[in-house]
Amino acid sequence: MTQACLTFRDLTLGYNSHPAVHHLNGSIRAGSLTAVVGANGSGKSTLMKGIVGVLKPMSGVCLNARNARIAYLPQQSELDRTFPARVVDLVSLGLWPRRGLLGRFTKQDREEVSRALMAVGLEGFEKRPIDTLSGGQLQRALFARVLVQDAELILLDEPFNAVDAKTVGDLIQLIKRWHGENRTVMVVVHDLDLVREHFPETLLLARRPIAWGETRETLRSENLLRARRFDEAWHDDAPWCEPDHDHDHANGHAHVHAHDAHHHHEHGEAHDFPDHESGPRAA
Amino acid sequence: MYDFLIAPFVEFGFMQRALAGSLMLSLGACPVGVFLMLRRMSLTGDAMAHAILPGAAVGFLFFGLQIVPMTIGGLVAGVIVAVGAGAVSRFTVQKEDASMAAFYLISLALGVLMVSLRGSSVDLMHVLFGTVLALNDEALILIAAIAAITLTTLLVFWRAIVAECLDPLFLRSVSRLGTPVHFIFLGLVVLNLVGGFQALGTLLSVGLMMLPAAAARFWTTRVEPMCALAVAIGFGSCIAGLLLSYHAALPSGPAIILSAGLVYLVSTIFGTRGVFNTRIRRHRHRTA
Repeated sequence: MTQACLTFRDLTLGYNSHPAVHHLNGSIRAGSLTAVVGANGSGKSTLMKGIVGVLKPMSGVCLNARNARIAYLPQQSELDRTFPARVVDLVSLGLWPRRGLLGRFTKQDREEVSRALMAVGLEGFEKRPIDTLSGGQLQRALFARVLVQDAELILLDEPFNAVDAKTVGDLIQLIKRWHGENRTVMVVVHDLDLVREHFPETLLLARRPIAWGETRETLRSENLLRARRFDEAWHDDAPWCEPDHDHDHANGHAHVHAHDAHHHHEHGEAHDFPDHESGPRAA
Repeated sequence: MYDFLIAPFVEFGFMQRALAGSLMLSLGACPVGVFLMLRRMSLTGDAMAHAILPGAAVGFLFFGLQIVPMTIGGLVAGVIVAVGAGAVSRFTVQKEDASMAAFYLISLALGVLMVSLRGSSVDLMHVLFGTVLALNDEALILIAAIAAITLTTLLVFWRAIVAECLDPLFLRSVSRLGTPVHFIFLGLVVLNLVGGFQALGTLLSVGLMMLPAAAARFWTTRVEPMCALAVAIGFGSCIAGLLLSYHAALPSGPAIILSAGLVYLVSTIFGTRGVFNTRIRRHRHRTA
């Protein structure tokens, strides 16, 4: 299947008129497993928020054409750990897409929650209050919630932060299982070795996409170097970004404009970049 | 014993009304208080209670001491402040504590101004400290309706309210209910404070909302029992407070709140999660 699960058309996301993701074009193939890589402040989390819809685009669109159900594990969870809930209550939140506000939890639902807890290695933690969990245990519980959500598109924002090696291994296995079940998975990761080892595709961001495609190609040293060189700071006096005429940017690449977005060439290509420099697949 | 505990409620109509009114009030207000506390909005109840004043004062100015106009006025003022403060915190960088403080202070100043335009300070005291021993039928019906609306709303939106407290970003990622449910909840707060101000006064109605909730927190680690326990503590405080007020000839509102306050203090020390159990008694530890 080479159908697109997500299509970005000239997507610009940001805060206070400063872009954090700048004119992103391309698509995420259904069933693909993509690592999102980049420096701090390069727009990875912002992109995730834009896909979920928590952040509205400043321009362009993020198309979820087939209305895939999304499960989102944010980097900075707003989870209130002091709230008097048990692990099983937290994981059962994942039933929301199926049961909604009023639907009764069935016996199968409860069994599924137990299975999810078992799958993340939290058997026997059902009745534990969430404020007694360690960081890694909480992360496992949140993965269990993603499992229960049974989503077609799974977005994980830095899920391996402050997690020990064994837990990372377990969580990677879960991600691979989702990939095997033909779900679309996007994961923000910092550990490039982990990316090279486990993720077939990578999107390298530095506010704009530096490279996007097969992991080995994307993570070539010249791409990484270019990604590192981007200017993290916002400038209050930065010129307004006008779609119709080009303005100077450091290397003159990867800046894709609205009018280019229509040049779609469908050759089973997952991503299409009119600008040849930014689309490694086009080479 | 009978003379002390039961007789006052059997012999005097005003005591029966006071009891019925305050118990029904606890039924709705205590669970709402639990969620206020869990969302770290305990002081919001206090602020909202002040915010209701100008509305009640407008009702009072035009219709005198009558429950329906004062209640409607209070509701309108409360909703304006709740929605205003909620909207500022949701859609700007400012957090809810600051926006709530700003809105309630404006509202309170307006209220004091209005009461001083006509009434004497005795009237103001009346509005602020309530008259649980003078509840009429209208007031009882109103309180019953408020309790019914509150319990129904809590039951229907339970899952969303819990999710919004536990993990608001998650709720927003799976449902559009996140923002509405916040306002629905603030609406319940206003409704119960307005219900309480006739019985206990605007200042003390928030006490019946928050003290039982704060006390219940020391006994359980789950929301459902916490709400039930808060209601039970509310019930106990109302009965104890009314008896205290009857036998010692004390004002009823403060007597009820002080009873709840006593339960709170005892709970902080002797609750299963209180000082005694968590700090003093646990010398020993298990192997795993």
